[in-house]
Order: sequence, then structure tokens, then C-alpha cells
Amino acid sequence: SVNSLPGGPAVNQLNLHPPVTRIAEEQHFLHWMMLVICFVIFVGVFSVMFYSILKHRKSLGAKSASFHESTTVEIVWTVVPFLIVIGMALPATKVVVAMKDTTNADITVKATGYQWKWGYDYINGEGAGVSFLSTLDATHRQASDAGQPVGDDYLLKVDNPLVVPVNKKIRVITTANDVIHAWMVPAFGVKQDAIPGFVRDTWFRAEKTGDFYGQCAELCGKEHAYMPIHVKVVTDEEYSKWVEEQQKLMQARADDPTKVWELADLVARGEKVYAANCAACHKADGSGAGPIKALDGSAIVLDADKSKQINILLNGAGNGAMPSWKQLSDTEIAAVITYVKNSWSNKTGTLVQPAEITAAR
Amino acid sequence: MSAVLDNHGHAVGGHAHDDHAHDHPHGWRRWVFATNHKDIGTLYLLFSFAMLMVGGVLALLIRAELFQPGLQVVNPELFNQLTTMHGLIMVFGAIMPAFVGFANWMIPLQIGASDMAFARMNNFSFWLMIPAAIMLVASFFMPGGAPAAGWTLYAPLTLQMGPSMDAAIFAMHIMGASSIMGSINIIVTILNMRAPGMTLMKMPMFCWTWLITAYLLIAVIPVLAGAITMTLTDRHFGTAFFNPAGGGDPVMYQHIFWFFGHPEVYIMILPAFGIISHIVPAFARKRLFGYTSMVYATASIAILSFIVWAHHMFTTGMPVTGQLFFMYATMLIAVPTGVKIFNWIATMWRGSMTFETPMLFAVGFIFVFTMGGFTGLILSVAPIDIQLQDTYYVVAHFHYVLVAGSLYALFAGFYYWAPKWTGVMYSETRGKIHFWGSLIFFNITFFPMHFLGLAGMPRRYADYPMQFADFNAIASVGAFGFGLMQVYFFVFIVLPAMMGKGEKAPQRPWNDPDGQGAEGLEWEVPSPAPFHTFENPPKLNAAATKVVG
Amino acid sequence: MSAATHQGQTPYYFVPGPSRHPVMAAIGLFFVILGAGQWINGHSWGAYSLLFGLLWWAVVLFQWFGDAIRESENGLYSDRIDVSFRWSMSWFIFSEVMFFAAFFGALYWARVHAVPMLANLDHQILWPDFKALWPSAAPGVTASPAGTVEPFQTMGPFWLPTINTALLLSSGVTLTIAHHALREGHRAKTIAFMWVTVLLGLIFLFVQGYEYMHAYRDLNLKLSSGIYGSTFFMLTGFHGFHVFVGMLMLLFITLRLHKGHFTPERHFGFEGAAWYWHFVDVVWLGLYVVVYWM
Ligand code: HEA
Ligand code: HEA
Ligand code: CUA
Ligand SMILES: [Cu+2]
Repeated sequence: SVNSLPGGPAVNQLNLHPPVTRIAEEQHFLHWMMLVICFVIFVGVFSVMFYSILKHRKSLGAKSASFHESTTVEIVWTVVPFLIVIGMALPATKVVVAMKDTTNADITVKATGYQWKWGYDYINGEGAGVSFLSTLDATHRQASDAGQPVGDDYLLKVDNPLVVPVNKKIRVITTANDVIHAWMVPAFGVKQDAIPGFVRDTWFRAEKTGDFYGQCAELCGKEHAYMPIHVKVVTDEEYSKWVEEQQKLMQARADDPTKVWELADLVARGEKVYAANCAACHKADGSGAGPIKALDGSAIVLDADKSKQINILLNGAGNGAMPSWKQLSDTEIAAVITYVKNSWSNKTGTLVQPAEITAAR
Repeated sequence: MSAVLDNHGHAVGGHAHDDHAHDHPHGWRRWVFATNHKDIGTLYLLFSFAMLMVGGVLALLIRAELFQPGLQVVNPELFNQLTTMHGLIMVFGAIMPAFVGFANWMIPLQIGASDMAFARMNNFSFWLMIPAAIMLVASFFMPGGAPAAGWTLYAPLTLQMGPSMDAAIFAMHIMGASSIMGSINIIVTILNMRAPGMTLMKMPMFCWTWLITAYLLIAVIPVLAGAITMTLTDRHFGTAFFNPAGGGDPVMYQHIFWFFGHPEVYIMILPAFGIISHIVPAFARKRLFGYTSMVYATASIAILSFIVWAHHMFTTGMPVTGQLFFMYATMLIAVPTGVKIFNWIATMWRGSMTFETPMLFAVGFIFVFTMGGFTGLILSVAPIDIQLQDTYYVVAHFHYVLVAGSLYALFAGFYYWAPKWTGVMYSETRGKIHFWGSLIFFNITFFPMHFLGLAGMPRRYADYPMQFADFNAIASVGAFGFGLMQVYFFVFIVLPAMMGKGEKAPQRPWNDPDGQGAEGLEWEVPSPAPFHTFENPPKLNAAATKVVG
Repeated sequence: MSAATHQGQTPYYFVPGPSRHPVMAAIGLFFVILGAGQWINGHSWGAYSLLFGLLWWAVVLFQWFGDAIRESENGLYSDRIDVSFRWSMSWFIFSEVMFFAAFFGALYWARVHAVPMLANLDHQILWPDFKALWPSAAPGVTASPAGTVEPFQTMGPFWLPTINTALLLSSGVTLTIAHHALREGHRAKTIAFMWVTVLLGLIFLFVQGYEYMHAYRDLNLKLSSGIYGSTFFMLTGFHGFHVFVGMLMLLFITLRLHKGHFTPERHFGFEGAAWYWHFVDVVWLGLYVVVYWM
């Protein structure tokens, strides 16, 4: 027993999501147009075929005619479909042009795909400076593993939704940190690949407030199915209030990168960073899997020269197989390195201070 | 000619046999050392059917996992491996080699040639498939499991794969070499070995479609080889083709891949068009309507296929002009494809039709393939594709054209020509059961996927929101049904035919007593086709359809 | 069956009998790919498997071509087969052209799209310091947005590549002289000029080897020098490999000439190798312009 999720999929939904932007509306129209034209052609063409199949049977005594050529009809059934196709392409052209026009945005948000979560940075307009990560609710991930899905928003619930004001043109810049992901919200008619090392953009102007859902739409590794997108469209006032809250939160969260830490504290902090970022590949016990290097007992981790591990975290390794983790704060990187150097069978006792990361950047 | 050969593979034996029964190789050597186009064709067909089973079992594992939300059968890593290997095995192991098998069997027979142009190289093309297939399947057992980056092997995800990725890349190099040699063989055979009097424009449609397909293969397989070679060097030798940190571009991989990939999908459908173009006239007892325009339409599809590749990349974010160009070019392909559909229907029109199994599959092909063509056209409209790209709508589209298209045409061709291959007739009742069962289960499996895609369910997902549950359950049930029908096909139709059980096939199984029905040189030889045929070029009638002397 | 097929007569279209070569060659290649895949993943036994497979394969090919040559010299190949060879060699070369097209395409994409894009206004958000200068236009600048590539210098057209151009072009001339001589029945002259051609190919390879050493040692230009290094080495490297293969073909043709094979009228083996050599030549000219000059 599951109910439709407003802004997300409906139970046994048959068509595109109800549009919330002009572009999505246009796409809806184009889809209906194509469907109707194709259906009419289909019925037309196949009524001829089935008429023939029913009437021109040997069992009914049909004798085969001998015609096998007619330049006239060949020309007709080349030209007519050609015209039909042009008729389809014209309205589509207008939409393509509108879709690609990302100028004059009110707010610009950068969406970064990570394996496997989304990072949002507000870079222009009201809220600039706000930035956070958006990850699938951990209980949903566990429910999936257990084979016991629950809830109407199963696999769509995130910790921090993207919040935007209604009726404002939002430009979304997509990029990625590791592999290609795609940022999609069906109700907005938006899907844009997020390509590592490159930026692409798209836009939407939501005309209704509410919650809207999408999912990552480009194969990005094993947790591809578990990096949903949740966009909360709110009124202008609610948005301003939210921005204020976020800014306060960010100040509170910010670490002082010059602070000098104790080993135990840093390991404890690092454990959290590890669980959130590294465990998906390297496994909670640091054993890795297949091509993913084991951290438990790794030569680089055990090496007295700390810079090796720092360098890998900052710049990645294996030609991108291990992505760069630049986006983490100095404190987080220092903490996770310290954690790895002092966990499982790794007992180096080495401590890496945030300042060392600042220096290495 | 091979009378100058002895039995042991030495080319210049010297003693001339006049009785061919003696130089007919026996035992395992006949197959392993084969140079006979019919034997090699049989090998190809058996191999591809085995691969269809392997790929099909992988598909069933996918469907079993997707039967209900939540993970029940496999973990997400394995799921991606299954999807990837299903795609690769079906495309490179099942569909392509199956058409090569048909080409081997039928092209020399249809043009009155004694064999393929390069008989030993022909066998090499086949045997290369085996190491490649072993490497591909063995990759499941390598550390880290099989490749899991999708059959499109997009960078930079491929950079994260384990050693099996390299195995897959090398396997594809080898298969590519096989395809290139196979294509060269087919082109040369068709251009150089037609019996006197068979001009190009009198040539059977199947040969035409394969000639054009072979050109597509020669043009694009090397490009695929280039793309995966760059992947290989990026993985191991520090190059930066797809690595932006070094000035490369992951999207460049996609451009190179789809320059191959789009023609590739027509490689899998053009020979199917050829098969259908023989079956429809035979059972309508009427000549193929618009032969000339069929040839031109096939060529147009092939030429257009080189300029539409980026319709797989609308969501990568290309400039407006790019999207418009690729949208227009793609939509144009509907025109020549339409010409083919219309010509087939015009061939049926006022014919005198009967509906034996080959005809059923051919009609099923036309009907269901067109649905897949229309969904393709809908996808080609860039704004709609933004909604549907990488969703189950695409999965529905390409199974309509690949399963109900390519695979159905292969079934149709099997029923049509197997009497010539084996010398026995299949059971018509069983054929009909196979057809109707497949048709119904096919649609149960893949029709609901359109709805899933429209509702936004992404492809390559191991688990999905619960609202998608019902359609997924239906699709999974359908998939097992469809699979069972193929088991039925193997056990009750293919096996008996291979063992020679069944009614003896006449030389012209599809002709009425008054001679109406199937046309072509393949029906001028007895059933089963003897080991050697057309050793000296036959004299043909004016239409090049009959041997006159 | 034809009563006309008597011993010593050329069949209408010769079809070889059963042969173990294809399956043996496939087995060889199995060891090649198995070994290669393991080797690059750090299993040293892979190298042995690779080597074993290559040797095996070479032996099989040797026997296989031996059979074909015997058939040819025994007059089993009719004119029609000759035409088959011509078609097949042409389309094989076409497939090679498409292989190179992939790499030329990569170079085009990198220079015209990827690198400029990485440096445009939008991308400053990711790579604030990156300037789109194709390295060959500005020596010493790296094409590496992340700055992870060590500085290197580019390989200009002077002098090694120009010398190589001259070498290949003259080898095309000597090959043509050899061909004319063969057609006129001057076997000794043919053989002499063939050796010159093979030698020119060999020198080309040595010069290229030296060029690579120069690149690694003096210019710090490596396979890992960003997209410039990638395209430079892959394009010139695959070309060099094709020169090597072409040279082997010419070498075997020369040895066959020594054995008295080929006639002034029929010598497709010779011509096929020559076509291949000219193709390699043309690719080089493309490289010379696009990689070294532009
Ligand atoms: C046999 C294989 C095959 C064939 C024949 C086709 C045929 C077509 N395909 Fe398909 N396609 C695939 C195999 C195939 N495709 C595969 C495997 C993928 C996915 C790859 C991947 O991502 O893994 C794919 C994906 C794919 C996409 C990308 C979707 C996405 O990822 O977002 C698009 C978009 O344009 C597309 C379009 C088309 C079109 C326009 C045709 C046309 O050729 C269809 C033309 C036919 C008709 C239109 C019907 C008959 C015509 C008439 C009756 C005439 C009258 C009609 C009119 C005037 C409208 N295909
Ligand atoms: C080329 C041809 C081809 C063929 C014939 C098929 C055949 C089938 N395919 Fe697919 N498929 C692809 C090509 C093909 N496919 C490609 C290219 C992809 C994309 C991959 C990617 O995303 O990278 C894909 C992806 C794909 C997906 C999406 C996976 C994902 O996105 O995660 C699914 C899901 O349902 C699917 C299902 C099926 C099914 C049920 C069949 C059935 O038709 C199979 C029927 C056959 C059998 C079942 C075998 C016979 C039975 C037995 C041997 C005995 C066992 C049977 C029983 C006990 C019942 N295929
Ligand atoms: Cu991220 Cu799929
Ligand atoms: Cu396509």
C-alpha cells in the first residue's frame, strides 16, 4: 500500500509528471502532439495492413496481383512523411531555443554530483554563499538493503533539500567531482548531466510552491539509485527566512582550520567524515573491494611521510578512479586521514593537523 | 573446385576426385577446421543462440531483482554488472553474430557463389568470437567482478572499474577484428562472386542490406576500437583523453562512442529488414513492391546514421544549434524507414497470403518494430528527450526495435530458411505457439516500461520508489514468460531440426504447386543444401532468380 | 561439380579445404589478450602469456601465409581471386583510415572544443587559473587545468619530423621504382629498390625512437603530459606501429622476390603491401601537418 507522492511519482503513473514550469508544459504538449500524430499514422498504416491480411488471403481465394512498382506512390510516401516530420520539428525548435536560454537568472545554484550525493552552492542572487550537501536518508538506504521498502517517499527523501523561491528564474550549474551524474527534476522538465571538470547549465522557474523530486539520471557507480534530488519551492518570505537560518548554521558549523587537535578528538571527528564519504567504496572496515584499494594495511597510509596520503586526498589518484576530495574542509581532511592512520590494524599514532592541509593545498 | 583438395587441409593435393562425397570432412575437424560457408554459418548461429541464452539469463536476474522494490536478489554492484554484461552480450554476442551466421549461410546461396570469398579468414572471424566471449563471461569471476559501467562504457566511470574492464576492452578489440574481417569477406563476396547475370540491381534484398551493413561495420568498428583504446591508455598509461584535469573531456568519449554506437543499432536492424523483404513477398505470393526504392531507402538510412549520433547526448548540454541539428537529422530517418514499411505493406496488398510461422514473425516484426520506431521518433524530439533520456522509456524503445525487431526477424529467417539448412520442416503448430507466446509476453514485458519511463523511473537502477512497483512486477512476469518461450523454441523446434526429426523438407517448401511463392537461387538447390553448391557459376534467367542451365 | 576441374588447371574460384590455422590463430590471440589484461594489472605472468600468444600467433600466421603463397604459386588463384584480394585490401585500408580518424577526431575535439571550453568564463568557477593555449602554439605552457602536469616543451616540425617526412616520401618513390622494375621484369633492380625501401622504413623507426627519447629526456614530454602528450604519442605511436607492420610486409615481399615469386603480370602480394605503405605515408603527412605544424 503506497500513495502517490505529490511532486514525485504517482502510483502507476501513465504520463509525464504534472508540469510546474512553462518548459515542462511545452514538453507535455510536444509529447501529446507526437503521440497523437504517431497514433494516427499507426492506425492508418496498420488498418491498411490488417485489411489486406484479412481480405487478401489465399484461403479466401485471393489471387495475387502482379504490380510491384509505382514511382508515383513512392514519391508520395516519401514526401508526405517528410512534411509531417517538418511539422513536428517546428514547434519543437521553439522549445529547444527557450530551454537553452539560461540568461537573466535571479538565483544561480551550483549542483555538484558526488558519488553518491549532491552538493549545492548558491553562487548568485539572494542566498549567495549558502552551501550544503544533500544525501539520501540513511534509513531508506538500509531499508533497501533489507529488502523492506517503506513510505511514499521511499528513496526520495534527503537530509537537506534544495530550497528555491517560487516564480524566480533559477539557473542550475551542474558539475561533478568524480564521474558523470545527471540532475533531473521531471516536474520542472529539467535534466542536465553533471560532468566532472566541466560546467553545464540549465534553468527552471517553478510556478507552484511545494516539494518536487527527482533522481540521478546517469549511471555513476553502485549507489546510482541512491542519490535523489529534492527541491522545495517556497514563497519569497519563506525563502529569505531560510537563507538567514542557513547562514547562521554555516557559521556555527565552520571549523577553525588553525585549531590544534588531540588525537582522540580528531579520530572521532574523522570517523564521521569517513562514514559519510569514504565508506561507500573503501568499506567501513577499510578493506576495499576489487579495484578499490584497501586502506587497512595500505603502504601509503602506513608511510611515515604524511604528504603522500594528503596529496591523494587533495588531488585524487588513479586518473580519477579515486576522486579528489578538495571540497572537504581542511579540518575534515585532516580528521579523516588521522582516522584512517589510526584504525583497524593501522596503528601509526600519527596525527595530521588541519594546518598541514592548509599548507598542502 | 575443391576436388583439387584432399581431406587433410593440404591445399594442393593433386588427385582429382570426381565424387564430392569423399572430400566432405567428417567428425570434429569438419567444424573446427571448417572452411565451408554453411558449416561456419551454423557455428555462428549456434554460438549466437548460446549467447542469447546467457544474455537472457542475465536479463532475468535483472528482472528478478526489479520484481519488487527493495533489494532481494543481488546487490547494487552486481546489478550494474548484470545490466552491463546483458547489454554487451546481447549486442556483440547474440544479435550481431546471428546476422553474420545468416550472411554466411545465405549470401553465397543467394548470389550463386561457391563459398565466401575468403574461406579460411571466414573461419578465423568465427573462432575469434570464442576467446572474446570467454574473456567477457570470465570477467564475472575477476576481482571486483564484471565491468559495471553500462554497455556504453562511459568514461570516467570506466576508470574506476577493476581488471575485468581491461578484459572486456581486449575482448571487444578481438570481436571488432572479427567483425571487420567478416565484413570484408561479405563485401568482397557480394561484389566479386555474383553469378554472371546477377547485376547489383537484381540482387536479393538480404544481400543488399548486408552489403550496406558491412560498410557500416567497416566504417565504425575501428572508431569503437579507438575509443576503448583511449579508455585503456587513460586507465593504465597516464593519458588524459577523458580526464579534464589534464585537458581531456569525458564527453569526447561519448561523441566517439556514439559515432560508432548509432550506426551500430542500424547494423543490428538492416539485415533484419533484408530478411523481412524476402519473407513478405514469398507468403504474399507477389513480388517485392518497390525493390529499387528499398535499396535506396536502406542506403539512405545508413548514410543518415553517420550524422545523428548526438541524439544520445541531448542531456550532456550541447549548444542550441547542436541540439537542433541532431534533432532534425534524426527525425529524417523516419522517412526512409517509412518507405520500407509502406513497401512491405504494398507487397501484401492484393497478394494471396498465407500465414505460416515465418510470415507471422514478419508481420509481427512490421507491427511491433514500427511501435519502437515511433518511440524512437518521440525520443528524437530534444525537449521530450530531456524528460525521457536515461529512463525506462529508452529501455522500452530499444527493446521494441531490438527484440521485436532484430530478434523477431532472426526467428522469421530461421523458420523460413531452416528447412533448407536442415532438410526437415519444423512443426507448424509449435512455430505458432512460439510466435504467439513470444508476442504476448514480449508486450507484457516491455509495454509497461513506457509508463515507467514517462513517470521518470531512471534506467540502470537496482531499486526504485514504490510507486513504480506494479508495472515493474508485470514486466518481470512477462520477462520470465518470454524466456520460457525461448526455451520452448530451443527444445521443441531447434533441437528436433538439428537432429533431423520432422517431415522431410521439399526443395521449395514455400512454393505452391503452380510455382508461386518464394523466389531466389537458394531454392534452386536441394534441401538440405548439399555441402558444395554452385561450384561453377550457374546460368541464370533474365531476372536472376532461377538457374536455367 | 565440373568436369573441367582437372589437375593443373586454375579453378573458377579456389576454395581452400579445411584448415587448422584459423582456430590456432584464435587460440594464440586468446593468450595475447589474457596476458595483456593481466600484465597491465600488475600480474607479471601476464607478460609471458602475452609473449607466448604473440609467438604462437606469429608461427600460425607464418604457416597460414605459407599455404596461401603455395596455392598462389601453384596457380590455383584465378583472376577473380585477384580481384577479391584487391577489394579486400582496399577496404581493410579503409578500416584503418577510420581507426586513425578516431584519434584525429580526439585531437580536433580537444583543441577546438575541450581545451578552449575549460578556459572559458563559465569554467573559471572550476579552473580559475587555466588559460587555453594549445601547447604547440606556446612552448612551455601545459594544457592542464588542474596544473598536475609537469611543464614540458612541445615537439616542433624541425628537424626530426621533417627528416622523417623526407624518409617516408623517398621510400614511396623507391617503392614505385621497384614496382616499375617488377612490371618490366627487372628482378634484380626490383629487389635492390625493395631493400632500399625497407631500409628507409627502418631508419624512420629509428629516428622516431630517437625522437621519443628526445621528448622524454629533453623536453619532459610524456604520454602523461596532459591531452597534448596523449594525442601526440598515441597518434604518432600508432602510426609508427603501422610503419613497423608495413615494413615487415615489404620485408616478406622482398624475401619472396628473392625466392622468385611474382611475375610481371601477377604480383598482388607486392601491390597490396605497396598500397599499405602508401596509406601509412599519407597518414604521416596528415600527422606532420596537424600534429607538428599546427
Ligand atoms: C535496432 C536498433 C534500433 C533502431 C532501429 C532504432 C531506431 C531509432 N531510434 Fe533508437 N536506440 C536504440 C536502438 C535502435 N533505435 C538503442 C539500443 C538505444 C539506447 C542506447 C543506450 O543508451 O543504451 C536507442 C536510443 C535512442 C535515442 C536516445 C534516447 C536517449 O537515450 O535519450 C533516440 C533519440 O533520438 C533514438 C531514436 C531513434 C529513431 C528516431 C529511430 C528511427 O530509426 C526509427 C524510424 C522508424 C519509424 C519512425 C517507424 C516507421 C515509419 C513510418 C511508419 C513512416 C511514417 C512516420 C512518420 C512520418 C512519423 N534511439
Ligand atoms: C540486443 C538485444 C537485446 C535483447 C535480445 C534483450 C533482451 C532482453 N532484455 Fe535487454 N538490454 C539490451 C539489449 C537487449 N536486451 C541493451 C543494449 C540494454 C542496455 C544495457 C545498459 O544499460 O547498459 C538492455 C537493458 C535491459 C534492461 C534494463 C536494465 C537496467 O537499466 O538496469 C532490462 C530490464 O528489464 C532488460 C530486459 C531484457 C529482457 C527481459 C530481455 C528478454 O528478451 C530476454 C529473453 C531471453 C531469455 C530469457 C533467454 C532464454 C531462457 C533461458 C536460457 C532459460 C531460463 C529461462 C527461464 C527459466 C524462464 N534489458
Ligand atoms: Cu549519480 Cu547516478
Ligand atoms: Cu541512436
